[in-house]
Amino acid sequence: MRGHAWKFGNNIDTDLIIPARYLNTSDPAELAQYAMMDADSEWVDKMSKGDFIVAGDNFGCGSSREHAPIALKAAGVSAIIAKSFARIFYRNSINIGLPILEAPQAAEEIKEGDEVEVDLAAGEIKDLTTGKAYRAQPFPAFMQKIIDAGGLINYLKRNN
Amino acid sequence: MPQTISQKILAKHAGAKSVEPGQLINCKVDLVLGNDITAPPAIKEFEKIGVSRVFDKKKIYLVPDHFTPAKDIKSAEQVKVMRKFAHKYGIVNFFEIGCMGVEHALLPEMGAIKAGDLIIGADSHTCTYGALGAFSTGVGSTDMAAAMATGEVWFKVPEQLKFVYRGKLPKWVEAKDLILYTIGQIGVDGARYMSLEFTGPVISKLSVEGRLTMANMAIEAGGKNGIFEPDIKVFQYLKSRIKNLNSSFVIRNSALRSDPDAEYAKIYDWDVSELEPQVAYPHLPSNVHPVSKNRHIKLDQSVIGSCTNGRIEDMRVAAKILKGKKVHPDVRLIILPATQQVELRMIKEGLMEIFIKAGAAVSTPTCGPCLGGHMGILAEGERSIATTNRNFVGRMGHPKSEVYLSNVAVAAASAVLGFIGSPEDLK
Ligand code: SF4
Repeated sequence: MRGHAWKFGNNIDTDLIIPARYLNTSDPAELAQYAMMDADSEWVDKMSKGDFIVAGDNFGCGSSREHAPIALKAAGVSAIIAKSFARIFYRNSINIGLPILEAPQAAEEIKEGDEVEVDLAAGEIKDLTTGKAYRAQPFPAFMQKIIDAGGLINYLKRNN
Repeated sequence: MPQTISQKILAKHAGAKSVEPGQLINCKVDLVLGNDITAPPAIKEFEKIGVSRVFDKKKIYLVPDHFTPAKDIKSAEQVKVMRKFAHKYGIVNFFEIGCMGVEHALLPEMGAIKAGDLIIGADSHTCTYGALGAFSTGVGSTDMAAAMATGEVWFKVPEQLKFVYRGKLPKWVEAKDLILYTIGQIGVDGARYMSLEFTGPVISKLSVEGRLTMANMAIEAGGKNGIFEPDIKVFQYLKSRIKNLNSSFVIRNSALRSDPDAEYAKIYDWDVSELEPQVAYPHLPSNVHPVSKNRHIKLDQSVIGSCTNGRIEDMRVAAKILKGKKVHPDVRLIILPATQQVELRMIKEGLMEIFIKAGAAVSTPTCGPCLGGHMGILAEGERSIATTNRNFVGRMGHPKSEVYLSNVAVAAASAVLGFIGSPEDLK
């Protein structure tokens, strides 16, 4: 996957990713319109399908709303690269099949607008603008199985 | 291997003797919870799994509370999805208007939670139930769906943090201040993926309600769960709510304590005798300052309620301060009893009259403004003090509004003062 980087800071909370005032629906397409609304109200119009979010520490802290990763996935974000993720957001992303990569150095060095390429299976991140390559933290085998199945529900179906 | 109370509960539900931090385990759950925001997507996912029944009709709790009574057509549709699902699968514990409450206040109050339980809820503040000696944590909708089908959930065993509080709490300093102070010290990711265990002489003296307030905000430090060893107060609390709670349960679970030589990633030990009421400034719960720091923060609103501070004990504190006083003309004071039972007690104890005479608006139980849903949304540039648990950008309304978090006494006193202050400033 290939796209441009959009940089966000530390502690990007789920209220910034999808404000609660839009949570009276769980329709992904509708939620996508409001993704990152309170962090940058024009972001959804500026970004292109396939782009990456590159953020600091504790991305996705706050509420358990799965609407947050759903909104980002539906908006067309191909993966999130961060220094670290909040616990429930991490779980939710794996469960719904939104790729997340914990890669502190990449998150630090990649600049807004850089062209980025990610090889998920290998856990490799390349900044094509600077030519630098990074490696993401590998997932434990069990989580990798959920990811490979395309999320927790598919994984359960397969193993039932 | 010596174990903490959190590890013991996890091990028991995983069918293991002991567990180690970092280990991935599969656990049986005692209760699965969802609300009007998180349950509808969970139901959609559940239907995809292709099972014909839920794992246990009595162990699933569905509580529409965030946008209820339905604030608009879309929210009404969400609750309709829950109601239909509850009927279809014979789910007993579905709480409609008239018997509902904010989920994390309602479940302990009705005796749904026991010491030693393992609980998941599709709501981040599910960590509240650690106050009763349960291992309880928030998950997302897909995890909830999977647990409704299988009765199981996977966990990575968290590392343990221990917090010891010593000394004597000064006047007007509440459990809320202990937890705000704690988050201020360690930061919003200071306990990321970890267990927080609260202990010490100050905690033993704290009411069960106060412990619920503290455990509630474990997630604000990034924690997986917050927990207290169950003591006599907890067993009394449980006995008054759970029919047929037998003495063998009490004996068995009184032994539910952390081993003295259990391992902690870090131990914090604080004397809190000099602690002032704490206020978390925008836009992070960790941005805490003592209440006396700034006396010029003017307010447009004060909100008393939520799963953090909407219980009867909180209402009594608010009434003590508001009795015979008037809310400042520039301030709107909104009081939200967390459950129907709290509201009923408010009427019986005469608190309702005190609030209304003071010029407060009292609502039916709902999350309402706590998450910027309804019932007290802020306009651009407005500022509210609140006894809730989050002050993120846009949390109570306009992205350019501000939320300050405090205990009940400060929120009530500030509503009268018109600026952020303590009950002492009213004299
Ligand atoms: S009261 Fe606030 S924090 Fe508690 S469950 Fe409701 S919205 Fe969440």
